[in-house]
Amino acid sequence: MTEILHKTPLHALHVELGGKMVPFAGYDMPVQYPLGIMGEHRHCREQAGLFDVSHMGQARYVGDEAALEALLTCDLSEIGAGEQKYTLLPNERGGIRDDLMVSRPDGNGIYLVVNAATKDADFAHIEAATAGKGTLTRIPERALLALQGPAARDVMTRLCPDACKMVFMQCGVFTLDGTEVLISRSGYTGEDGFEISIPEAEAERIARLLLAQDEVEAIGLGARDSLRLEAGLCLYGHDMDENRTAVEASLIWALGKTRRERGDFPGADVVARQIEEKTCQKRVGLTLAGAPAREGAEIADKSGKVIGVVTSGGFGPTVNGPVAMGYVDRDFFQPGTEVDILVRGKPRAATITKLPFVPANFYRG
Amino acid sequence: MTTRYTEDHEWITVDGDIATVGITAFAAGQLGDVVFVELPEVGRSLTKGDEFAVVESVKAASEVYAPVDGEITAINDALEGEPAKVNEDPSGDGWFVKIKLADASQLDGLMDEAAYNAHIA
Repeated sequence: MTEILHKTPLHALHVELGGKMVPFAGYDMPVQYPLGIMGEHRHCREQAGLFDVSHMGQARYVGDEAALEALLTCDLSEIGAGEQKYTLLPNERGGIRDDLMVSRPDGNGIYLVVNAATKDADFAHIEAATAGKGTLTRIPERALLALQGPAARDVMTRLCPDACKMVFMQCGVFTLDGTEVLISRSGYTGEDGFEISIPEAEAERIARLLLAQDEVEAIGLGARDSLRLEAGLCLYGHDMDENRTAVEASLIWALGKTRRERGDFPGADVVARQIEEKTCQKRVGLTLAGAPAREGAEIADKSGKVIGVVTSGGFGPTVNGPVAMGYVDRDFFQPGTEVDILVRGKPRAATITKLPFVPANFYRG
Repeated sequence: MTTRYTEDHEWITVDGDIATVGITAFAAGQLGDVVFVELPEVGRSLTKGDEFAVVESVKAASEVYAPVDGEITAINDALEGEPAKVNEDPSGDGWFVKIKLADASQLDGLMDEAAYNAHIA
């Protein structure tokens, strides 16, 4: 049976640019352009890259904020006007239904951006849990572009100088080429950059304007994956899922301090116990020489005993070598610990490595 | 010397009873930047269709299959340090292995250049 794939408002542009289209989370998306994954990755780290992330789920929540906050791990009162936070949507076992961004770009409630593969389930969950208290409105008619890389600010200085006054994790409403857009200073590459939410009818024009800037190349999902991996960022459904808690996923920083103290998010008891007992597996970074270790490869100690598993891995073009993330037993968390990764059954020497693999280059003012 | 091609995009060039095997420019282009090549041990016996090497690009690992029966007599050690040779010169410096043919008649079942070009068209 052929799956009917959705198309983003930029689909025709991807095809025109020579994008190699593949199915991803129900969308027909460009995995790479003629520049290739390696070239796109390096261009984004050195200049600026434009990503179409319109497949992600955008929504607004207006109403009783306590009802929404009860589902998340952050403290919504800590998010002021023009601020954004990374948070989690946990299940009752402390497992992670999704990771998402919540923000207040304007006076109109909370703006949410969730993952493409989980958006329908996320929104249904939020709607059911907040029924009668608040209103969640999905915004499928908006495209989402990410402009990432050290030259992103130069581009925006020309096209939307006001947006450059923001620092990392701030957001607001701006005019870009005559169109009102939501912009946040954030992204998922470890680089400085902007995420721009645009009415779909205007999306292609603005994408072409951004691509016309000397610094900017179109970047596909392949390089998006290698960039986020080097930045030590989780890919939902791989590095985190319903069966791994924030403690296991090394995302304790995404739990609001007051929420931990109050213990009032779903699965907070499980999370508190794991923090106290310190026995669970955790997500770590791994580097190795030679063969890349891919998702599913077993991690063993030097005696051959399996002590973990790779959840995402590949070649890091900026690191210029294979990098991976995976879950390991507690005796193996320390950076510098030597292990083996079984690549096609063959043990390959690997080292537990502090994340991120490439230093973050966020603009903090 | 004759060169033949498989449907899985390996090429095989025969000189006497020794064949050199690699992947085609088309395959290298589809894979993108090659970052690692896992090669077999010299001396290993292959049966046509056996997976004998793995090519890793940034995104994925792809298997390479034996186009004929035979024994590995040499591997291209240079690929260990310079896997990009597979992209730069797939039918030359980017070769994978040399095989001592067990049955030269198996070559007749493979495609010539014209047939392969039609296959990838």
